[in-house]
Amino acid sequence: MENVRKKIIFKGMISTFGLIGILSLTLFSGCSRKPEVEKGTEKSSTIGAAVASYIAPGDMDEYYLFYSGGHSGNVFVAGIPSMRHIATIPVFSLYPSTGYGFDQETRKMLGEFTWGDVHHPSLSETNGNYDGRWLFVNDNANNRMARIDLRDFKTKQILGPIPNVSGYHGGAFVTPNTEYILAASRFSIPLPKGTYAPIEQYATDYKGVVAGIAVDPKTGEMSVGWQILMPPFDYDLGDAGKGPSYGWAFWTSYNSERATGKLEVTSTQKDRDYIAAVNWKAAEQAIQNGKFKMIGGVKVIDPKEVPDIVYLIPCSKSPHGVDVSPDGKYIIGSGKLQSITTAFNMEKILTAIQNKDFTGNEDGIPVLNYDAVKEAEVNVGLGPLHTQFDDKGYAYTSLYVESAIAKWKLGTWEVVDKIPVSYNIGHLAAAEGDTINPKGKYLVALNKLSHGRHISVGPSQPESSQLIDISGEKMKLLYDAFTEPEPHYAQIIKADKLKPIEVYKKEDNKHPEAIWDVKDAKVERNENHVTVKMIAVRSSFEPWKIEVNEGDHVTIHLTNIEQTTDMLHGFGLNEYNINVVVDPGETKTIEFVANKPGVHPFYCTNFCSALHQEMQGYLLVKPKQSASTGMIR
Amino acid sequence: MSNLQDFISRQESAIQPLEGKFDMEKWLEKANAFFDLPLRLQSRLIILIAAVLLIPTFIFPLWNMTLYANQFPDGLNLYIYSYTLDGGHPEGRNDLQEINTLNHYIGMRPLLESDFSEFGWIPLMIGIFFILTLRTIVLGKMSNLVDTTVLFMYFSLFSFWSFYNRLYQYGHNLDPKAPVKVPPFMPPIIGSKQLANFTVYSYPGPASYFLVGFLLLLLVSILLSGRHLKKL
Repeated sequence: MENVRKKIIFKGMISTFGLIGILSLTLFSGCSRKPEVEKGTEKSSTIGAAVASYIAPGDMDEYYLFYSGGHSGNVFVAGIPSMRHIATIPVFSLYPSTGYGFDQETRKMLGEFTWGDVHHPSLSETNGNYDGRWLFVNDNANNRMARIDLRDFKTKQILGPIPNVSGYHGGAFVTPNTEYILAASRFSIPLPKGTYAPIEQYATDYKGVVAGIAVDPKTGEMSVGWQILMPPFDYDLGDAGKGPSYGWAFWTSYNSERATGKLEVTSTQKDRDYIAAVNWKAAEQAIQNGKFKMIGGVKVIDPKEVPDIVYLIPCSKSPHGVDVSPDGKYIIGSGKLQSITTAFNMEKILTAIQNKDFTGNEDGIPVLNYDAVKEAEVNVGLGPLHTQFDDKGYAYTSLYVESAIAKWKLGTWEVVDKIPVSYNIGHLAAAEGDTINPKGKYLVALNKLSHGRHISVGPSQPESSQLIDISGEKMKLLYDAFTEPEPHYAQIIKADKLKPIEVYKKEDNKHPEAIWDVKDAKVERNENHVTVKMIAVRSSFEPWKIEVNEGDHVTIHLTNIEQTTDMLHGFGLNEYNINVVVDPGETKTIEFVANKPGVHPFYCTNFCSALHQEMQGYLLVKPKQSASTGMIR
Repeated sequence: MSNLQDFISRQESAIQPLEGKFDMEKWLEKANAFFDLPLRLQSRLIILIAAVLLIPTFIFPLWNMTLYANQFPDGLNLYIYSYTLDGGHPEGRNDLQEINTLNHYIGMRPLLESDFSEFGWIPLMIGIFFILTLRTIVLGKMSNLVDTTVLFMYFSLFSFWSFYNRLYQYGHNLDPKAPVKVPPFMPPIIGSKQLANFTVYSYPGPASYFLVGFLLLLLVSILLSGRHLKKL
């Protein structure tokens, strides 16, 4: 039935769009500036694209797209192929829409920071495939790592600021069984944090760090894990090995010049920089064997003292992305200032290490012979950054300077297709395109500039994301979507791998102060501490009246006792800068000092029902007695 | 058997002279004979099957109501079991709680398990019928079978009336202070009805079919053993 219906809709759409196409051809054939044939071709491909990305109202997308939200501190969730933005998951920033950062639990998680810079979302993996359990995201600004539980799409843990790691850009990328999440310093500094050293001593006294954040396989709980002391380069992006490269982690680094100042010049003098290859299995072992020193409270390995853990692979100038092919055989590194992408062969890397085929060292870390480990140089185009993969043995490399994507074949190393994008592509994400089983079919280009592609919104412009069909020989542009700043990387997972809950069941609510019956709702006083156990249910708060004295410390445990989907209630307190939103079956705790006397209404901020507007109450704050006169001030 | 043949022959002789006229005496005697009929093996086996049919009535709902509205395209489900009330639970949702929350707007009392005395006596009665049917099998007399059947018919009708009355009370005793005033209404028992933005469907659940099956099997076993009387 469903199929028949879809077919009818499909046919209806084709005929409708076909008609529009014919009409527009007829109407504009006289005044078109472009040749008629070209117009016709453009139109028919548009019809195809429209059908391919169209999700009829009520129908569901096939994939989830998890975008990093950059300096918004959030993660955006969209559907593919519709590219519709569906939800925003707050991670490092206050987000009144869901009350994130206003209740005690999330306030504690955010700590002293009110923003973060989310760069690289990484879905948890089992045996090299996405398992749909967690999404990890890094904070480039404050050196933190967060875990989002995909059962309820909520941020559950923020680890950090992580000691020694400075400018956490080289993560989150997970190892094939989510043993570790990669982390690295983009900005080398004197260690431990808080140490002072003049900038003139950068080359010697400043240190980089590459690290693995440990993940509990059952709970997802993250801990600091291992760290490795590195020369003061800028460690940029990473990827974990798999298959024959399993047990290894790779990071690109720029500024192997160890330069300071105007880096655009000073760090771009050498023809080659490095990919750092870390044997994390050996690092794990070294830590177990006590071969570490404590820096900033963390077990840190110094490769000068512990050999056979880190090697440097020369890579073309100022590399950005490093990506491991689905079979784990090739390590693809792209130097953003050259027009080639280099594929390194893992087998050759291991042989070179065994034969000690080194061309030098950096602070005691051996540099491998480029010619011995290189498999191929692929002439992809200008400004290659990142590479993703499909299910047919092709690789897709984003070309920032050229504003294009190059499609090339692993093994033959031939570029077979190229598609322009609008404009200046950074990362790209193919469907499960960094796992051992890429799905092919779709690719999203995450472009930095969008000007002229949308109705104007003034100087502050959105980013553009373009959906590209990669199922055929030729890549086809399907859809332009726009997002708030700023998606860096994104990951795409088959929708049926996720089984989110939509209601917190009463029996699963473990909050010690949760109540489920209005009879238990109450206001209790213990000296100047006032504790309220409150219920929110359509369309009232119970209790609806809270009487306190000025200066009282007020704690409200608010339980939304609804057990139906989408029945959220908010709690906004006028002029107290508080708004929480409580999901069905959830309990949140709000704490504040009642330092503003007078009568303060509170109300449900998240529209709930026909009598939503009536869902309100009062916080009555009695002014302090004046000490001298005993009169009310 | 010889006893019976003797009895039947006396019957036949009594019939002869009064042919064509109704004889109360004769009818009563015939009825007595009917009630004294022994239950044949076939009948007893069918009664045993009927008894087994009572067991699933403790597993499946007796009645099912589904409420559809725009915002509930999959419908809110209410299941009435012989011993409890329950709602559907899709994706962790609790439909019973949702129905009560929605009903509070029109001032309907919440459907609470503790308010239904039926959940006490209906399972008790079904248990009693289980024992009565086993007793019928053991004693093997038509009179026991007829007793059980008639009692069960009364029990079914009474339960149905009780259910009807419950729904009537819920739909008519609405809180006059309710935020949304609706005229008193009778919820559907079998079939569908539009109530505000909801289309409510109400149908017997599997347990009711098992109870109907139970009754039909008892009737069949009466016929099977009762046929014996005519033959003689």
